[in-house]
This record gives sequence, C-alpha cells and structure tokens, in this order.
Amino acid sequence: MQSLKQLNETVPTIYEQMVSRGVDRREFLKFCAWMGAYLGLESSAAAQIAQAIETKRRLPVVWLHFQECTCCSESFIRSSHPIVADILLDKVSLDYTETLQAAAGYQAEEILQDTITKYKGEYLMLVEGSVPLAADGHYCVIAGKSALETVREVAAGAKAIIAWGNCACSGCVQAANPNPTQATPINAIIKDKPIVNVQGCPPIAEVMAGVLVHLLTFDRIPQLDSLGRPKAFYSRRVHDTCARRANYDAGLFVETFDDENARKGYCLYKVGCRGPSTYNSCSTIKWNNGTSYPIQSGHGCIGCSEAKFWDNGPFYQRLTNFPGFGIESTADKIGLTVGGVAAAGALAHAVLTNVRKADTIGEGPGEHAETAEAHHQQQQDEQK
Amino acid sequence: MNGPAPDSHDFQRVYVWEQPVRWFHWINAACIVTLGVTGWMIAHPPALMNSNEASFSYWFGSVRFVHFVAAYVLLVNFLFRLYWSVMGNKYANWRNFFPLTKAQLRQIGDVLKVDVLQFSNKPVETLGHNSMAYFTYTATGLLTIFQILTGFALYAPTSAAWLPQLFTWVTPLFGSEYNVRIFHYAALWLFVVFTIVHVYLVFYHDYVEGHGVISSIVGGWKFMEKNQMAAEQATGMSPFPWRQRRKAKPAPPATPPA
Repeated sequence: MQSLKQLNETVPTIYEQMVSRGVDRREFLKFCAWMGAYLGLESSAAAQIAQAIETKRRLPVVWLHFQECTCCSESFIRSSHPIVADILLDKVSLDYTETLQAAAGYQAEEILQDTITKYKGEYLMLVEGSVPLAADGHYCVIAGKSALETVREVAAGAKAIIAWGNCACSGCVQAANPNPTQATPINAIIKDKPIVNVQGCPPIAEVMAGVLVHLLTFDRIPQLDSLGRPKAFYSRRVHDTCARRANYDAGLFVETFDDENARKGYCLYKVGCRGPSTYNSCSTIKWNNGTSYPIQSGHGCIGCSEAKFWDNGPFYQRLTNFPGFGIESTADKIGLTVGGVAAAGALAHAVLTNVRKADTIGEGPGEHAETAEAHHQQQQDEQK
Repeated sequence: MNGPAPDSHDFQRVYVWEQPVRWFHWINAACIVTLGVTGWMIAHPPALMNSNEASFSYWFGSVRFVHFVAAYVLLVNFLFRLYWSVMGNKYANWRNFFPLTKAQLRQIGDVLKVDVLQFSNKPVETLGHNSMAYFTYTATGLLTIFQILTGFALYAPTSAAWLPQLFTWVTPLFGSEYNVRIFHYAALWLFVVFTIVHVYLVFYHDYVEGHGVISSIVGGWKFMEKNQMAAEQATGMSPFPWRQRRKAKPAPPATPPA
C-alpha cells in the first residue's frame, strides 16, 4: 500500500472523480454553495469549498460500526444530493466500513490494519454505534476483537473522530435504563482526540455531509457547543424555528391527538413535544430532501438528538417520570405528596401546640382586655 | 406559668430587621410567588382557547416573559442580600446562617425539643431567627441558587444577553436540557413546601411567644421581655471591627429646652 503522498500523486482529485462520474461544473458549484449555506458560512466560502474539493484528493476514512441499527448510514446514503453519498464518501475516501465495503473477512480486516498504520495521524475515524463495556465487551465483537479494543486501536492514530448519531454520542436506546450491556458513547472512552458529536437518531443527511465538507475544506473540526455538537447545526432548538411556534406563544395547544386543535395545527407542547429542549436542524433543513419533519407532520419531537432521550419517556407526556423515584412518579405526584405531608404536619403541630403550650400562650396577670387598664393603674399606685 | 414573674411582660423594643432586609424579604416573596405561578403555567398551560389567528394572541409568550423578568429581579435581590449579610446588622450577618459554633448547634437541639417536638416549654429566647430557622434559610438560599443556575442555563440559548451566557456550563452537568428542565420544575415543589412551613411557623411563633414576629417583617421591630434580654441568644457577630466602631458612636448630648 502506498503512503498518502504517493497515493495523492496517482489518484485523481475529488472534483476529477466527480467529473468522471458525470457531474457537470454547474452542478458542482451549486453543491459547494449549498454546503456553504448549510454550514452557515458567508457566500465567499463557497469558493473555498470548491477549491478544497478541486485540489484535495483523498481524506482516508475509517467508518466503524458497533452497537447500532445502521440508520445513520441509511440516512447518509439517502441524502438528497448525489454528490454526498455517491462521490464524497462511497467512491473516494471510504477505506473501511462493514456495511458498504466489498471486501470481507481477513481481507477487510487487513485493509483496516493497513489504513491505520500507513495513514497514522492522517485518517478520519467515523463511528456509528456505542461500545458495550459489560462482560469484557463480548456483546459486540468484530473479527475477534471487542468494540472497545477496536475503538482504542483505531482512535490512537486518528486525526479526528466523528461520532455519528445518538449511539456514538450518548448511547441511544441500548444505553437506556438499565443498560444491560453497559453501552458507552465514544466521548466517554476516548479523551485525547477531537470528537465531533453529530447527534440525532439518525442525524440529518445534510448535517452529516456538512460536517465532512467542513473538515475537508478547513482541515479542522467545526465550532462545537458544550455537548460537542457542531454549532452550525445544533445551536438552535427545534422549537425556535418551528412552523407551529406562533401557536405556542399564543397559548394554542393540542390537548389530544384526535381533537379539533390537532386538526388546526396547534402547538404539540402539551402532548409531549420535546422541541423546546432539543437542539437540531429539523425545522430548518428538514428531512427527505426538505420535505417535512415530525412536528410539521403532526407528531411531537421525541428529542432524538439529546442524551438519554429514551429514558425521558413517555414521549407523549410533557413532564415525565422523575429520575430516581421509579415508574409513574412525576414531579407533580411527588410534590403534591410532600406538600400534603407538610400541610398535614403543620395542622397536627398547631393542634399539639394548643395542647402542650396552653399555659405559655394563655393570658398573664393584667393581660385581660377588660381589666388591663385597672391592673396598670394599680401597679402605678403601688410604685408610688 | 413557670419561670417569668407575673409582671415580666414589660417589653424592650428592638430594631431587628433593617429596612434593606425587609425590602429583600418582600421582593423575594413576590418573586417566588410570581415565578411559582408563571412556572406552573409554563409546565401546565391552561387550555385558554379562542378562534383568533395565532398571531393575534401572545398570552403564553407573556407568561414566559413575566417569568424571565421576575427571575432577573430575584437574582439581583438575592445578590443584594448576600451583600447585606456582610454590611447589615448582627441579625442579618452571614455567620448566623452556618451553624458551626457549639452555641448554634445547642440552640438547634433546643428548638427541636421546645418548638418542634414540644418536650419542653422553656422558650428559646432569640431576637433574630433561632439557629434552626437561620439554617433552613441557608437551605432555601441553596435552593434559590439551584433555581438561578438551572433557570438561566435554560434561558441562555434563547437570549443574546451576556448574563445568561455565564450559566451555559450547567446543562452538560445534567446531560441534556430536558433533565435540567425536569429538575428546575421539581424544585418548585420545594418552594411550595418551604412556604407552607414558613408561614405556619411565623404564625406559631407570634402566637406562642408574642414577640411580634409577624409585624417585625413589616416594621422591623421585635419585642422582648426586659427580664429576658440577658438570656437572649442571638448568634453571630459582625466580623468587621470597623463596623462595630461605626455603630458605637455616642448618643448626641441632650440639649436642654431653650
């Protein structure tokens, strides 16, 4: 296998490959402008993106799959733009990926080993799925190696890591309580590499493409929020740009899914919509080539780009079970109980006080309403 | 009646709660009620339906706005009280709020015996709060800090102001904003419990001791039997000697009437 430098001299650039695949110049520039817009860059950045794709040949990529359902890959290859899935990853850069590669068995594993040794420090590690730590990692073993071993091995020489989807970012459904396999996100295992959390179950295809284009263009990871998500796509709540937002501010809510309000397209806040606490681009970029997103289609957001969203159920209830108090214990039930106990305690204490402190509370000499003045006069006289 | 002599209800008037403390109390109370009511409405929006276009109405947005404004007032008021816990009189001093001395701990035990479980009828004579009460206000203060931290963390992403951005580190500690929301809401119930107990206890103390505890938060004055003043167990002193010097300025000489 050649070194990256040697390879770059023989392999056509990404743009050249696009042209050979039948992409014309106009379509290519449209793609660059489109990506720049998604990334929230100024319009001149489209030229930078175009230049990067024209001159850069190859970014070696290893795409690992662990505990996951492949919905991230599925989302990505269904991207509305052919350049994204077909050219950007599939044909040009992907060295190793269990789902899409032609190679199998020893041959596939050999490619992986070759990639991580030859391109040490240069390749990009993409991860889909969480890593089970329970039972010595036996819940997920590929080619005789546990997911944990593979992650550590591949991460050691990676330039950067992209964690695709909720599994790799925060464990998703397999990490839901009680998390029998001890499914663990990548950022809890690898601490010494830059990690981009591309959240969602799955993430939006255009978001995934945007993150890759950013890495390709600028050679550094995009600006991240406090939970490691790219700010370009995760700095706004689904709620902030929601089509039903005006109904929220006007206090017009769907009470049940079969009521008239649902028909009128009112806000889904009271039937459990997680839009107000979910950071994603669903309400701007939307899904399936910008067709729609859950709230537009009449279903509340379930918060799939947030950690532990499976444990925040039921999805159709706004204030859900309070952590640590078992099933069916909302904050309201606990609060009403504690408040009731406090009120009953105060009442009981008041009764007790009147019994136990009757002497203390009662009138002292000279404190009776009718005789107080006379008592005072008498004392004055005595003093004289 | 055991203890005090029959003629003992001869009161000394003491200015316990200075005006800043009283302002703090009532602004804080108003904020907590406002935040509690609006917070409850944000969690459980009432079904106030009308057939107007959504753009003609903004009542739910207004409820949230009132919640945010009250939160700012609560924060500034709270910071002022922290300042006053250094600058105020000995009853407002911060040291009262931390039961670290033997006297304070003993008083907490006495309050448990006398007022809570009522094994004993010997009153605990204090002009400020008793140590137990001070300690519950410490807990309430921590609860207030918790609500400020989680509340402004929730508010930060929708605000361009610098102040809420100081709280963005809170959300990652909870894992997700959803969890912050659940805890921020659940803490409302602790304020409800506090309010029930607090209001009950001021009625209790006013009724049992007759020192004017309820009116003291309006006028500032409390009343103590003169023969009990020596037994008064106020805890905590100002840690700043210069303050005591300033307080100890001599009374103006009595000028004979012209």
